[in-house]
Amino acid sequence: MSEVDTTGEPVQGAAGGGAAARQTRPLLEVDDVVMRFGGVTALDHVSFAVNEGEILGLIGPNGAGKTTCFNVMTGVFRPTTGQVRLNGRPLVSRSRHQITRLGIARTFQNIRLFPEMTALENVLVGTDARHRTSVPGALLRLPRHRREERAGRAKAHELLDFMGIGSTANQLARNLPYGDQRRLEIARALATEPALLCLDEPAAGFNPAEKEELLELIRRIRDRGQTVLLIEHDMRLVMGVTDRIVVLEFGRKIADAVPAEVRSDPKVVAAYLGVPDDAA
Amino acid sequence: MNFHFLFSNIGDLTVTGLSQGAIYALIALGYTLVYGLLKLINFAHSEVFMMGTFGALIAWNLTGLHENDPTPSLPMMVVYLLVGLVGAMVWSGVTALTVEFVAYRPLRRRNAPRLVFLITAIGASVAISEAVGVITSRNQYGMPDLFKTTNLATIGNVHITNVDLGVVVAAVVMMVVLDQFINRTRLGRGIRAVAQDPDTAALMGINKNRVIVLTFALGGVMAGAAALLYNLKIGVTRADIGFLLGIKAFTAAVLGGIGNLRGALLGGLALGLVENYGSALFGTSWRDVVAFVVLVVILMFRPTGLLGESLGKARA
Amino acid sequence: MTSTGPGGGKARQGNPVMSALRTADNRRLAGLSAMRSRWRAIPRPVRILFGVAVAVFFYLLPNLAIPLIPTPDTNFASVLFTVAVYVLVGVGLNVVIGLAGLLDLGYIGFFAVGAYSVAIFGSPASPLATKYPWLMLIPIAIALSMVSGVILGGPTLRLRGDYLAIVTLGFGEIVRLIAVNWSITKGQIGIPSVPAPPGHWGNGDPIFGIIDTRPFYWLALTVVLICMFGVKLLESSRVGRSWLAIREDEDAAELMGVPAFKFKLWAFAIGAGLGGLSGALFASRQGFINSNSFDVLTSMLFVAAVVLGGSGNLAGVTLGAVLISYLPERFRGFADKRFLVFGLALIVIMIFRPQGLIPSRRRAVELEDRKREAAEEATANV
Repeated sequence: MSEVDTTGEPVQGAAGGGAAARQTRPLLEVDDVVMRFGGVTALDHVSFAVNEGEILGLIGPNGAGKTTCFNVMTGVFRPTTGQVRLNGRPLVSRSRHQITRLGIARTFQNIRLFPEMTALENVLVGTDARHRTSVPGALLRLPRHRREERAGRAKAHELLDFMGIGSTANQLARNLPYGDQRRLEIARALATEPALLCLDEPAAGFNPAEKEELLELIRRIRDRGQTVLLIEHDMRLVMGVTDRIVVLEFGRKIADAVPAEVRSDPKVVAAYLGVPDDAA
Repeated sequence: MNFHFLFSNIGDLTVTGLSQGAIYALIALGYTLVYGLLKLINFAHSEVFMMGTFGALIAWNLTGLHENDPTPSLPMMVVYLLVGLVGAMVWSGVTALTVEFVAYRPLRRRNAPRLVFLITAIGASVAISEAVGVITSRNQYGMPDLFKTTNLATIGNVHITNVDLGVVVAAVVMMVVLDQFINRTRLGRGIRAVAQDPDTAALMGINKNRVIVLTFALGGVMAGAAALLYNLKIGVTRADIGFLLGIKAFTAAVLGGIGNLRGALLGGLALGLVENYGSALFGTSWRDVVAFVVLVVILMFRPTGLLGESLGKARA
Repeated sequence: MTSTGPGGGKARQGNPVMSALRTADNRRLAGLSAMRSRWRAIPRPVRILFGVAVAVFFYLLPNLAIPLIPTPDTNFASVLFTVAVYVLVGVGLNVVIGLAGLLDLGYIGFFAVGAYSVAIFGSPASPLATKYPWLMLIPIAIALSMVSGVILGGPTLRLRGDYLAIVTLGFGEIVRLIAVNWSITKGQIGIPSVPAPPGHWGNGDPIFGIIDTRPFYWLALTVVLICMFGVKLLESSRVGRSWLAIREDEDAAELMGVPAFKFKLWAFAIGAGLGGLSGALFASRQGFINSNSFDVLTSMLFVAAVVLGGSGNLAGVTLGAVLISYLPERFRGFADKRFLVFGLALIVIMIFRPQGLIPSRRRAVELEDRKREAAEEATANV
């Protein structure tokens, strides 16, 4: 069975180290990636790096290729050419669950929870990414199964509490209010113990107060040791939280700088002027 | 493996293969049309075909032609052929539409998942076949002889009978007519539009449900034609013939590229040939195994079939 | 890589807006889950005691003179045996359909592999007869069925769902046709003297004989209970969670680290093994098998057993299997029409109550009405 075990290795970046201990070592490198669908070029020689411990914003108008970029990184699409590396290890042509185990987790632009499972179970599926129990272990209730179940449950509850939805543990995911579903998705992604957490428009559909709360949460996630890659449509939101911003337009990278610089970059301004900002 | 038998009879095997394949192809159209439109494997289509064989028989009996009657004169034969064709097409068409109205439409209204459609289709298939089985006490029914099977031509040691030739020609003509209908007429354009992009088609004022009804009717009519040809070629029918022919026709559709009309013809003929060559090689008792192995292998290694999937052409 | 369809109604996202449309089902489910939590509130020893009492009741069933239930035309214990075999089939097929969400139309193929394994290696009339005792033949039957499941599943589990259904159907037919044509299985002539389980009463009569079929029923019931327990253990573990996650949204599951192919293959293999085990029990009880017992209609009947009662939960599947196997025996006039009736029942259930008679709280959304937020992924992703 095609499963590469990566659980033995320490997950870099997941172990402590707050904002103060920020390094500049690249955690993820997107290296000259081209993605074509038929005649459409969704990503055109895109390269950028995510440094360990930072919050990187990936922005751009609709259809700029942000989600495609996520999909290439997480193994949903195989790039036409180019490579993606995590901690120097190539990811292209690895299967999706292997990439997750190597340390990338994501959320989805349109929520994709397991609707008929409880919130707790959703998060448990995430923790299972680090577990190894299979059919024999579960049937015989081997010690590892029990250990993993216990640890998984504790961790899942902890993450639900961290996201502020601890009281929903036993509700079906589909019955949760919209905002809680978004939070649950983040909890589920965190449960896989990612080095890099990719959030795809996590604030979509939030009101300003909720957005503010979410920003605070993203900072706290970074302070737990996760590097965060944030896709966002809403420029103002990204400005407040990111350390650095990469801007895509029509599949090409047009800027890669700190927020203040990006804001005054004429190319970025031009890109955004043409498109109404309707992220909210 | 009997290579000698295969090669010494390759001509005759080809002729029978093509005429059997032509029938598969006509049934395959029904699968392909509905799949191209709705992405649904209309499992009950096999019974649409089966009903057609009974439809022709009922039409003949009503007009006074029975199993062991003497063969009619030439003009009467033509009349009876038309009567049988109409009977088969009407029965098949009505069955196809009944399935659509009773089973699929309520599901579509609710936007049920694919699995539910498939299970419903299986239920419909079993129910129709068994209903006929119970009514007919699971007996086999013989067909009246409209004409004597005669050998039209012998080329080398290849024998071409009037039935084989007629079946292939009739099937090809039906396919060409259908192809032209889909590609040239306004109704056909509607079908292609919905197959390509249902939402845009709806915005353009195309009534999706009408297109679907039309598609089921077309598939049913083609299955009716296949049923008439089957009656002429095989000469008997039973309530349970649908399953085997249905799954072979589905195999033909997938082989040619499901959703692709010309693929259905190509797939049908190819399957007929492969099956006949295969049964010559391994023995006739393995004939059906050959068909199923083709199905499994195609789905595993080239699920888009020989010509690719396209009812709307734009669909790659 | 993915087995989901390209665009067709497979949108699996939960949508909060939709909850309004689910009120009726929600109420029903709420009632059920209230019952469930009340049941959980009962102290554990009492629950165990209740379970034991139910089990004892089923063991004693052939000895109890309950009016109306026994079958007038057939030996009641042997009917109960058939019912138990169907329940076992349901438990196995439920792993494939109900938990992992894979539609397997050729389940009869695994049933046949199990049955023929016992016959071919156990019957003295078979050219491949071995001297292995019955207790060895059963694991062999299970192993061979599992292997055939893996051989079939390996290349096919990457196919989209409806194609998988057709391939499995083709597999079921291939197994039947081999049984019909192979010189060892002898088609309709079949294989006689299939061995029964060993053991004798004090007076020298075999325990698993033809006259008194109750021991067969007790054996099958025991096997069913053990297998149900095993499936329960799997359900409440990483394995079961992975199956559900795959069923609900395979792409999302993979992206959360679930090795989907591996667990789908496990589901297939376990389902096949249980199917083989039920076939082996069936063959041992019959003492004779031929190719007539393994037709496609029976395979459809198996699917009906899982779907009618409520796939995804053992109570529903048990109910479905009991209905399908018991009713034709209880009402003999019905036997000839049973495929017709169950075929119609499939349509009616799918239209009006797709979660089955006893819905699993988990199963509901999978089969429930959803607005198609379709295309969205496709379009949003580019």
